[in-house]
Amino acid sequence: MGPVDLQKQAPNVVVWLLLLAMPFWMPAVGGYVELGSRVVVLGLAAMALNFLLGYTGVLSFGHAAYFGLGAYGAGMTIRYLVPSTSLGLVIGMLVGTIAGALIGPLIIRLRGVYFAMVTIAFGQVFYFIAFRWNSVTGGDDGLTGWTRQPLNLGFTTLDIQNDARTFYYLVLAVFAICVGVMAWLLRSPFGRTLIAIRENERRARFLGIPVDQHIWISWVISCAFVSMAGALYALLNNFVDPRALYWTQSGDFVIMAVLGGMRSFWGPLIGAAIFVVLQDYLSSQTENWMSFVGLFFVLVVLFFPRGVLGIIRRKVTT
Amino acid sequence: MSLLRVENVSKHFGSLVAVNGVSMTVEPGELRAVIGPNGAGKTTFFNLISGFLTQTSGKIIFDGEDVSNLLPARRVWRGMARTFQITEVFPELSVRENLRVPVEVAAGHRLSPWMSSDTSSEMSARVSELLDMGGLSDKANRLVGELSHGDQRATEIMMALALKPRLLLLDEPTAGMGDQETYDITQLIRKLHRDQKMSIVLIEHDMRVVFHLADRIMVLAEGKMLAEGTPKDIAANEVVQAAYLGKAAA
Amino acid sequence: MTQLVLFNVFNGLIVGAFYALMALGLSLILNLSGVINFAHGGFLAIGGYIAYTLIPYIGFWGALILAPFLTALIGLIVERVLIRRLYGRDPLYSLLLTFGLAFMFEDGTRFIWGAQSLPYQVPAWLLSPLSGSLFFVTGYRLFMVAVVAIAVAALFFILNRTRLGIRIRAGTLDLETVAVLGVNVRVLRNMNFGLGIYLAGLAGVLAVGQLGLQPTIGSSLIMPSFVAIIVGGLGSLPGTLLGGLLIGVASGVTTVFFPSATEAVMYVMMAAVLLVRPRGLLGEEGRF
Repeated sequence: MGPVDLQKQAPNVVVWLLLLAMPFWMPAVGGYVELGSRVVVLGLAAMALNFLLGYTGVLSFGHAAYFGLGAYGAGMTIRYLVPSTSLGLVIGMLVGTIAGALIGPLIIRLRGVYFAMVTIAFGQVFYFIAFRWNSVTGGDDGLTGWTRQPLNLGFTTLDIQNDARTFYYLVLAVFAICVGVMAWLLRSPFGRTLIAIRENERRARFLGIPVDQHIWISWVISCAFVSMAGALYALLNNFVDPRALYWTQSGDFVIMAVLGGMRSFWGPLIGAAIFVVLQDYLSSQTENWMSFVGLFFVLVVLFFPRGVLGIIRRKVTT
Repeated sequence: MSLLRVENVSKHFGSLVAVNGVSMTVEPGELRAVIGPNGAGKTTFFNLISGFLTQTSGKIIFDGEDVSNLLPARRVWRGMARTFQITEVFPELSVRENLRVPVEVAAGHRLSPWMSSDTSSEMSARVSELLDMGGLSDKANRLVGELSHGDQRATEIMMALALKPRLLLLDEPTAGMGDQETYDITQLIRKLHRDQKMSIVLIEHDMRVVFHLADRIMVLAEGKMLAEGTPKDIAANEVVQAAYLGKAAA
Repeated sequence: MTQLVLFNVFNGLIVGAFYALMALGLSLILNLSGVINFAHGGFLAIGGYIAYTLIPYIGFWGALILAPFLTALIGLIVERVLIRRLYGRDPLYSLLLTFGLAFMFEDGTRFIWGAQSLPYQVPAWLLSPLSGSLFFVTGYRLFMVAVVAIAVAALFFILNRTRLGIRIRAGTLDLETVAVLGVNVRVLRNMNFGLGIYLAGLAGVLAVGQLGLQPTIGSSLIMPSFVAIIVGGLGSLPGTLLGGLLIGVASGVTTVFFPSATEAVMYVMMAAVLLVRPRGLLGEEGRF
């Protein structure tokens, strides 16, 4: 390993410093720790989606399904099985990943808008199940009657139940592992094949890359991390409801990725930060925040398609 | 044993017969040119060999193995590599990055989540080799999409070469190029043929290129094989002349 | 038992016809322009609300005629001002745009007309059943089927017998060639979009008489349209029609035996189709 390229690493350093220090500077700017946790969790979801969207070039618009499955998996584990945070996280992630792995082969041969349609439709399947199966999921009222449990690490117990800050650092730790794995994969030979597929699928195929297979793998990886985000989300709110599975949630993830910049690693996190803060602000100001969110989508698409980091990058080269 | 045997291959699109019972045999180390007027079915023929399209009838035997029903990626694994009429590369990646992908895939690393620094150096070395061969070393870090047409084509040929193929299929490699670029690409192909002993099948419109490079030529017209032979044979063949120049000249 | 099944099959056909109407509009737009109009449900709702606003002035029949046209007009403007800019780009962007529009429409209708369910004035004679024994055959249901049948017939007439329609069909197959032949592709896309939205608006006026009018009516109806297209076949309008009817009938039959699975059955059908024939029942090969 050669000398560390400072210029390249600078953004990473900045991001991590901001993340690590969040509970300290967030209240100072008028926010609160839970908001920061929310940004990190949804940021993870958006980054997981972007693994597929920005790096593999696959238009998945139904990722809320796996997000929601992760959330319900975690919540239902704690509520019905064992009141354990770690088990909740693991099972939540497994449920979402397995669902993704099974659904993948059904849709993998489709492309473009047709693929998007089918991912949305499958997302709705799970929404519908969560909605209808009220005896188990709580239906439209959501899954209540449980909270995240203190995390027993052996040498100490983390009171993530009551201390928002401690919970934030747990979220950040999980986030770190997940994005670390994603970054590592994207820099690997496998990661390069994904980028190749995004750049020119035909050429990738004619270089001997079995495109469908690689897309499926990318899909499963993406589902795994988005369902982990979902599990964290459930823990964050001590609550899960079908909204987490609705197609609007999927749209939110995509807009976060686009807003921050699909072609950059940290872009979706930045997009998530902007979106979460904006939505938080708008919903406290007006009842019609939904229109503004919709307007926001429209404006981003028309005027900001490369996203925040896309614009910054251009400034750097000129 | 022949490297490639195309046996009586046809392709129908509904009632349109694009390729009609064409056969071709390519020996190892041979450079075969496929020529013919526009619409003769040359690219369709290539598409059948490389697996982009499935033949309506006939067989494709590569190195003794029947590959007629194999998907394109699998034919690549068997040793077939091709370039396209409209250059297919990764436009927003650098030349080096473009070459790195096929080098890694050919070395069996397409699914690797990790690579040791030794292997990585090996891969880089091979990429540098290819850059040199294609005259692209000074442009290695530039985005392929920004390069001249000729350099893009050279990149594409080098990408195909990176796969360590036993057969190279080049679809109109000099299409849309000026004299200098045509010359450069022709020299490159000649180098591959002579120095690397690469087996090549080439679709070309530029007769200078064809006669300069080819060991044997096959002429297609309206989906059928019109003639086959050495450049000398074909140049003297009246039927071929008629097909190219039309009935008026015959 | 047979009467029950018949009732549900019939009901299913009606629902299916309705899904088909909505899906056809969506399919038209998708096939020609490659845009998934997420806001289709929103246009449906707008159609219903416009009709609601017009009824006191021009009566139900007047609204039935006029509301879809007004909705289509809004559609034409939206296409011209917003969607047109995105045709050359990655389909991601038009999807996000229509997504945003869907939000805006839903909230917008809530803002203008309020969140509560509004009473809808359907002529009383339509609501009464036609005969004692066939109690389920209410006038309104038959009326819906009749309107859908007329609309579908008109649509196929337009597509097969008018210049616009033939150009749309040609454009769906090969837009480049159509452009080269001198057809103004921009106008074609715009008109096609308007046509699709007209169908959405019409569906809105009809739906409301059956389901009641509230801001969420649009988003609740968009999924069956999607599934109808996936099941019936990508790129095929007859397929979409078939898909809609199949979904309707399937959910109708399911209600008899497994009432809670009624909505699920269309997704099961979708999964089955994707497994066995990804392009859909009547879909064209290579469409995706």
